[in-house]
Amino acid sequence: MSSPDTHALLDRRGFLRVAALAGGGLSLAFLIDGSPLLAADEAKPAGAENFRPNGYLTISPDGTVTILSKNPDLGQGIKTTLPLIIAEELCADWKRVVVEQAPLNPALYGWQGAGGSTSVPSNYDNMRRAGAVARTLLVSAAAAEFGVPESECRAESGEVIHDITGRRLGFGALASKAATLPVPDAKTVVLKDRKDFSLLGRRVGGVDNKAVVTGALCYGIDVSLPGILYAAFVRCPAFGGKVKAANLDALRARPGVRKVFIVEGTGRDDELAAGVAIVADSTHLALSAADEAEITWDEDKACKDSWSGFAAKAAALSGEAGKEYQKSGDAKAALASAAKIIEASYTYPFVAHATMEPQNCTAHFSEGGLEIWTTSQNPGSGQDLVAKVLGIAKDKVRVHIIRGGGGFGRRLMNDYMAEAAFIAREAGVPIKLIHSRESDMTHDFYRAGGFHHLRGGIDGKGRLSGWTQHFVTFGQGGKDSRGAGMGAELFPLVVLPDRSVGKTLLPLGVPTGYWRAPGSCATAWVLESFLHELSAAAGRDHVEFLLELLGEPRWLPPANSGALHTGRSAGVIRLAAQKSGWGTPLPAGRGRGIAFHFCHQGYFAIVAEVTVGADRKLSVDRVVAVGDVGPIMNRSGAENQVEGSIVDGLSTLWLQAITFEEGRVQETNFQDYGLLRMAKAPRIETHFIESEYPPTGLGEPALPPLTPAVCNAIFAATGERVRTLPLVKAGFKA
Amino acid sequence: MPTLLLQVNGQKHEVTDVAPDTPLLWVLRDTLKLTGTKFGCGIEQCGVCTVHVDGVATRSCNYPVSQAVGKQVVTIEGLAGKDGTLHPLQQAWIDHDVAQCGYCQPGQIMQAAALLQRNPQATEAELMRGMSGNLCRCGTYKRIRDAITSAQAQLQSKGGAS
Repeated sequence: MSSPDTHALLDRRGFLRVAALAGGGLSLAFLIDGSPLLAADEAKPAGAENFRPNGYLTISPDGTVTILSKNPDLGQGIKTTLPLIIAEELCADWKRVVVEQAPLNPALYGWQGAGGSTSVPSNYDNMRRAGAVARTLLVSAAAAEFGVPESECRAESGEVIHDITGRRLGFGALASKAATLPVPDAKTVVLKDRKDFSLLGRRVGGVDNKAVVTGALCYGIDVSLPGILYAAFVRCPAFGGKVKAANLDALRARPGVRKVFIVEGTGRDDELAAGVAIVADSTHLALSAADEAEITWDEDKACKDSWSGFAAKAAALSGEAGKEYQKSGDAKAALASAAKIIEASYTYPFVAHATMEPQNCTAHFSEGGLEIWTTSQNPGSGQDLVAKVLGIAKDKVRVHIIRGGGGFGRRLMNDYMAEAAFIAREAGVPIKLIHSRESDMTHDFYRAGGFHHLRGGIDGKGRLSGWTQHFVTFGQGGKDSRGAGMGAELFPLVVLPDRSVGKTLLPLGVPTGYWRAPGSCATAWVLESFLHELSAAAGRDHVEFLLELLGEPRWLPPANSGALHTGRSAGVIRLAAQKSGWGTPLPAGRGRGIAFHFCHQGYFAIVAEVTVGADRKLSVDRVVAVGDVGPIMNRSGAENQVEGSIVDGLSTLWLQAITFEEGRVQETNFQDYGLLRMAKAPRIETHFIESEYPPTGLGEPALPPLTPAVCNAIFAATGERVRTLPLVKAGFKA
Repeated sequence: MPTLLLQVNGQKHEVTDVAPDTPLLWVLRDTLKLTGTKFGCGIEQCGVCTVHVDGVATRSCNYPVSQAVGKQVVTIEGLAGKDGTLHPLQQAWIDHDVAQCGYCQPGQIMQAAALLQRNPQATEAELMRGMSGNLCRCGTYKRIRDAITSAQAQLQSKGGAS
């Protein structure tokens, strides 16, 4: 497999160690990725004490293959995908593979997280090598048993077969012997040819599917321990407020309430906020008591932000350029020579994560330390936080990774871990903290809203000539609030010869965080809507306009891990145009829009087809998505991520906005913060260009182009340009 | 507090120490440890807490446990046959690889099961209307729709044969 890629992930050294299991069988420990700890170890001479495996594979004498999955799964399907990669190279019988969730142990496993669509690209190569080493050992063991050359044996579906004599032995029968053989070098072990893959690229169901449909799967909220009590935690409606006084005694007098106390907090929302903790005999009693809490808050230092205030400030900045932070060529001169200039301002709101499973966490503090069960996407940093908040050593915090009911970036923050840990220590018994939907929605780490003022030029030949952009976002001291920035090398900015992008940061008290495809999820809408404004003003076909901007196949910028390849970009745009019937006529009231985006190393073009009826009744009829993320690991899981991204994108652009007044979030539950309903979900067609580049992740990159594709389609249908989200506030009815 | 006699998944339970106005959801989850029924919104807006009460799809988050006395409650744990044979909807959910995070899926399946039980010939429009109170944050609607349609076909062919 040859690829022109400059960012290959294939050159890392794999470490493996094989051991015989006490009861027979084979255990293979291996290294998945290069964490700093591991890099340091590589410099030392090899020795047992230096070996820090981060993956485990065992083969029992009965032929069962058990694979530990190290990263949290919140619905992105990584618990299926990573083991599938090992199983492919192992030539395992997937039906005999059992997958188990590994507990948190960064010293052993390296980073255990779910974020940035990184799990596949950072693990693919070494997982393959681990599987291939185990397979090579099993083949060697079989060859010795059969008394034939290894070259005459092959592994298939859990067996090693000697075709000439027709003899075959199962992995289980071979495992004990294989464990005694010298381990081949993972770096040079022979990998399968992609055309011989029998698992990767096929449709494989999620490993937890049966547990999901029978209600047996244990989510964070389902964790139970002997003697467990249930906790609620009431935080100040205005971020950063502290407790002045509360009706503690009245709350304590309620039936089933065991403990009520004030938590001072650390003064930071991303650590431990201040509030009142209630511990009770049941979730219902704890949440009902929380509803009856009468708390006087000290809001001296609390957030006073209002969304309308920010909108007014941003509007007042429309004539300014902001502090320039991206530049190429001479945007001013290009605009001065343009035949036509288009100006527009775009606004998108704050949004919440609204994971279906509200934030919760179970913890038990005892003399030995703290044991905690969490759905965190970043449990290692949660462990650090808990140790810090409790003032105990990190090795006294034992973390169990539990399946989460959705993440989308919310669970990259670990506030609920700090709360549960603190409450558990005070309570002296195991507690399960559960936030109500209202508590969860009004204390999220929101995707920041933003404001963009743009000017773009069109020259006499209908080509783009100059682009200036003033991005009004949030932050302080030159630093963007968490997740509130815009990627520096986003399309089309990265291809524009004459651009100037400036930024103004507004100080913000509302906590923000990472929301699916941070830096892209909203800015892609601005960039690719405005691009369409320009092509429309030039009277150009938008596909042709996009392809002209991309130009010849090349990397932009060169030699950068986040670089965009213009050829791959053009590839997904062309295929999306073809599959969607781009350019074919549609009846009146219907329109088609296309948008392209590159982020998280994934290329996606989306064509949306909409109908806008009387009374601005909107229907998104059809969405065609084309992605290039290299070879597909699990086609079913991959398509599911794309379909989900499209529905998520549509929910968000159509229905969702978090607003705040006096530092208080106004939306509290699904009645005023909507999710798309089944009947409004579009027909979705997903296509992949399976290029020979290393595979990359799918948790995020399909989402950003959905929003501009839909808004460009609305423009095509109605001539009306959507410049403020969500659509429902512009009167587009579901 | 009075003792409440509940019938859940064909089993009798005597529940004490629970106020009659406690939502059925929390009795199922905290008292009976049947955690397949989920908590999502607490105000009947999302459907993840859907169970059957006398065959009717019911949002257990806002349904006082006292009202369930004398009725048959079925949760996701009780949908499969006694021998473990999955309900055709559960099997269809597996076959269509519907779930992402999976948290809403027990509620989706219970809602669909009640719909098909009451109206085996439901049209697609009727199904969409019937499912519109069940939210899926991961956006698996396309697969839910496909799974219901194939389970419906299977149920109809079974019904025709019997």
